[in-house]
Amino acid sequence: MVAFIIRRIVQAFLVMFIISSIGFAIKHNVGDPVWQITGISVSKAERERIREQLGLNDPVYIQYINFLKNAAHGDLGQSYFYKKPAADVILDKAPATLELVLVSSMIIVVLSIPLGVYAAIYPKRIFSRVVMGGSIVGVSIPVFLIAIMGVYLFSVHLGWLPSFGRGATVNVGGWRTGFLTVDGWLHLILPSLSLSSIMLPLFIRLIRSEMMEVLESDYIRYAWAKGLKKYRIWFLHAFKNTLLPVITVGGVQLGITIAFTILTETVFQWQGLGFLFMEAVERSDTALLVAYLMFVGMIMVVVNTVVDIIYGVVNPTVRIAGTK
Amino acid sequence: MSALLQVQDLTVNFALRTGDLTALNGVTFALGEGERLGLVGESGAGKSVAGFAIINLIGKPGYIAGGRVLFQGEEISALPEEAIRRIRGHRISMVFQDPMMTLNPVLTIGTQMVETLQAHRNIGQSEAEAIAVDKLRQVHIPSPEKRLHQYPHEFSGGMRQRIIIAIALLNDPQLIIADEPTTALDVTIQAEIMDLFLELCRQTRMGLILITHDLAVVSETTEKIAVMYAGEIVEEGRTEDVVRRPRHPYTQGLIAALPQGDDQRGTRLNQIPGTMPTLTRIPPGCSFHPRCPHAMDVCSERAPGPLPVAYPDGGGGMAACHLYDPNLGDR
Amino acid sequence: MTDRWQRFKKSALFHDFKGDKVAIVSFATLVLLFICAFSAPLIAPYNPYDSANIDIMSSEIPPVWMAGGTNDYLLGTDAQGRDLLSTMIYGMRISIIIGICAVALQAVIGIIIGLIAGYYGGKLDGFFMRLADVQLSFSYLMVAIFVSAVLQAAVGVGRFAEIAVPFLIIVIGLAQWPQYARTVRASVLAEKKKEYVEAARVTGFGAHRIMWRHILPNCMSPILVLSTIQVANAVMSEAALSFLGLGMPVTRPSLGSLINAGFEYIFSGSWWITAFPGVLLVILVLAVNLLGDFLRDALNPKLYKG
Repeated sequence: MVAFIIRRIVQAFLVMFIISSIGFAIKHNVGDPVWQITGISVSKAERERIREQLGLNDPVYIQYINFLKNAAHGDLGQSYFYKKPAADVILDKAPATLELVLVSSMIIVVLSIPLGVYAAIYPKRIFSRVVMGGSIVGVSIPVFLIAIMGVYLFSVHLGWLPSFGRGATVNVGGWRTGFLTVDGWLHLILPSLSLSSIMLPLFIRLIRSEMMEVLESDYIRYAWAKGLKKYRIWFLHAFKNTLLPVITVGGVQLGITIAFTILTETVFQWQGLGFLFMEAVERSDTALLVAYLMFVGMIMVVVNTVVDIIYGVVNPTVRIAGTK
Repeated sequence: MSALLQVQDLTVNFALRTGDLTALNGVTFALGEGERLGLVGESGAGKSVAGFAIINLIGKPGYIAGGRVLFQGEEISALPEEAIRRIRGHRISMVFQDPMMTLNPVLTIGTQMVETLQAHRNIGQSEAEAIAVDKLRQVHIPSPEKRLHQYPHEFSGGMRQRIIIAIALLNDPQLIIADEPTTALDVTIQAEIMDLFLELCRQTRMGLILITHDLAVVSETTEKIAVMYAGEIVEEGRTEDVVRRPRHPYTQGLIAALPQGDDQRGTRLNQIPGTMPTLTRIPPGCSFHPRCPHAMDVCSERAPGPLPVAYPDGGGGMAACHLYDPNLGDR
Repeated sequence: MTDRWQRFKKSALFHDFKGDKVAIVSFATLVLLFICAFSAPLIAPYNPYDSANIDIMSSEIPPVWMAGGTNDYLLGTDAQGRDLLSTMIYGMRISIIIGICAVALQAVIGIIIGLIAGYYGGKLDGFFMRLADVQLSFSYLMVAIFVSAVLQAAVGVGRFAEIAVPFLIIVIGLAQWPQYARTVRASVLAEKKKEYVEAARVTGFGAHRIMWRHILPNCMSPILVLSTIQVANAVMSEAALSFLGLGMPVTRPSLGSLINAGFEYIFSGSWWITAFPGVLLVILVLAVNLLGDFLRDALNPKLYKG
């Protein structure tokens, strides 16, 4: 088990190393940091001085090592638009996105497990068919379209819910949260529902198909033959085996949700990382782009590593053998 | 010997898109207290379906289309779900074919044993564990207390099958249905497991239905044999009668195909020509007639009913074959 | 050819298809949409790329059945005064072309890597599958968005618009190869155990021939199912990128960029600019997904989940 965890962590570092290399390559090749810092109204000599100061005349490998050193200390460069360290900008915006993802994940978990399990246990019931039909329609509607529909219906047409922004937030030790105000929650409803709209059907389908496969297995038939009560068979024997693949795939999918925050936040002008990212793209704010890459990359690597380790804890086969 | 189990005219169909398929066609047999019966046939003959049908646990498209199962005089084939649940694993236990697939991989052996006890009896954890340890010892698992906390994958195939047998014994059932319990195991372990079955049956006087394709295994273990072909029982009788003096041409073919110990090496095994029909293509009349060396005209016209056959020592059996119909004249 | 058709008509797949209303309807819808898309210059009332047809004075005209609608523009006009129906048909053509080409690209890359990884195994296999793991864990959409964003930042919006189509094909194609690679690899591993492969090897066929002529044809059903799902995914990805302004420019809009262009106007009540392209996109993707579902149920291949 320990060996397994260590190997996963080494792998995580390796991936972070690759990501940082990509980040460096982008930083090195896209955009001119001197121009971004100074603007156009600076003499050539002055520019050259700044170049030298920033270490841009050093050999590439030295620059790369410096980049890694700085990144390890949390220094991801200056955002030229915000005129402050990119890492600070990211950390400032991160709570908005993390809260959005958290609420969406809750919605997904709370709804997908009962619906998926129900559809697996009673595949022929009308409700199951409605759920499955709804889920395929759900995966076919792009996230931004659901968001737009939501805005049109509940904000423009009915006027029930706000259409953009986070609403009133409370600053708790540097973390600006929308969880503590009614207004904040009202603003969360549409974005979080839109964000969960893509993953919820996927999770329902995943849980259903895994559970149905498990229900067909020999050990479930054997559980019936032992005369166990049906709830024990469904919710312990079958569900625990369903969880294993769902955890691995699900962990990856939750990481993917971050990509969809870009779409959701764009529609709702949600002041989070995704919105920040699109702004940075429009302004060619390379440092911020790279910082975003590193930050999101790190989140995904952490999530995946944790998921793998949880998988190892839940699955006795991995725990003993130490291999996956 | 009072009847433990009576299966009467049991018919199982599978509902498919193209219509119903009959997997089990009017199967009838009986088992006394503590009696051991071998249910023999090729794969696809319906042996396993028969085993599962007894405890009303047929896979999805399948359903019991007719007949009934009496267990200790009670008609269990008509019981509601909760009532039949109380019988499964309690008074009738099952042992499955592949021990690698039978135990739940994510639950410890202890959990899987304790739950079986608690599903049928109102007992606490420690008491249940004590019984579990006792039964593990009975199937010769060393240091059973430690084993309770281990997961299935920590055991070899033979060990797992012992555990499954221990689980089957937990509630001291009157009947064990063992579906090919040794097929997935190594040959040396097969013999150990069969010996264990014999030993346990003798100790506890519980009934055993041994479902297998292996006549040799059955002949060493059971008192009675029922031979199945294409969803029907074609011959039934005491083991030594059926093995030594098979009456149905199919059984004769099976016996002839067995490798004999005193046979000379290099001689070919006698095989029955052709293959068993799939359920979709069961021929009219006797389902065996296209492969039967003694086929007569009547065989393709109507199916033979169960006919009594006699043995020289006065014993009797049954064969479903027109050859034994006294009304059909000469044999 | 007729011989193949006859065989196909007798196959189980065709039998299942005949009995499945949903599959028939979605297949018919798809055929219809494809015909419309590829005969766009013939059936579209206007050519949206021709600036002669664009009149800013006729912008935001509602559909014909609403007050202010005219018979000239069946579904109304967009914010630039283009006929919405024509623009949608052309846009769908772009969406479909990008979707199919991107899937073709990822299929080629994924199949080659999957075959090699599965057939040779060992270090090569380990390397490619780790790579696939890492890339999958980053979400194809994230990769595609990021690459597009960086490229746009690097070359500038104007230049980016010119190369948008091939670029989108490459970026979506590269972002999704791991799905194919894993599926093909799993099939190869399953097929490799079978006797015919052993037979071919003993006969002295080279690895190349065994892979392409013997193993690959037996991996076709998972590939077919996966391809269907992936076309839906690719169309969705393209729409998402275009919606973010990282895909097709408004001058040559795909369905996604049309939705994006219309989004600003729903607050002023011009919902149709977003709604109609949105509905068309959903119908297109839904039809592909339903067909994919049917194929999966009918062929029931082992797909890699992820």
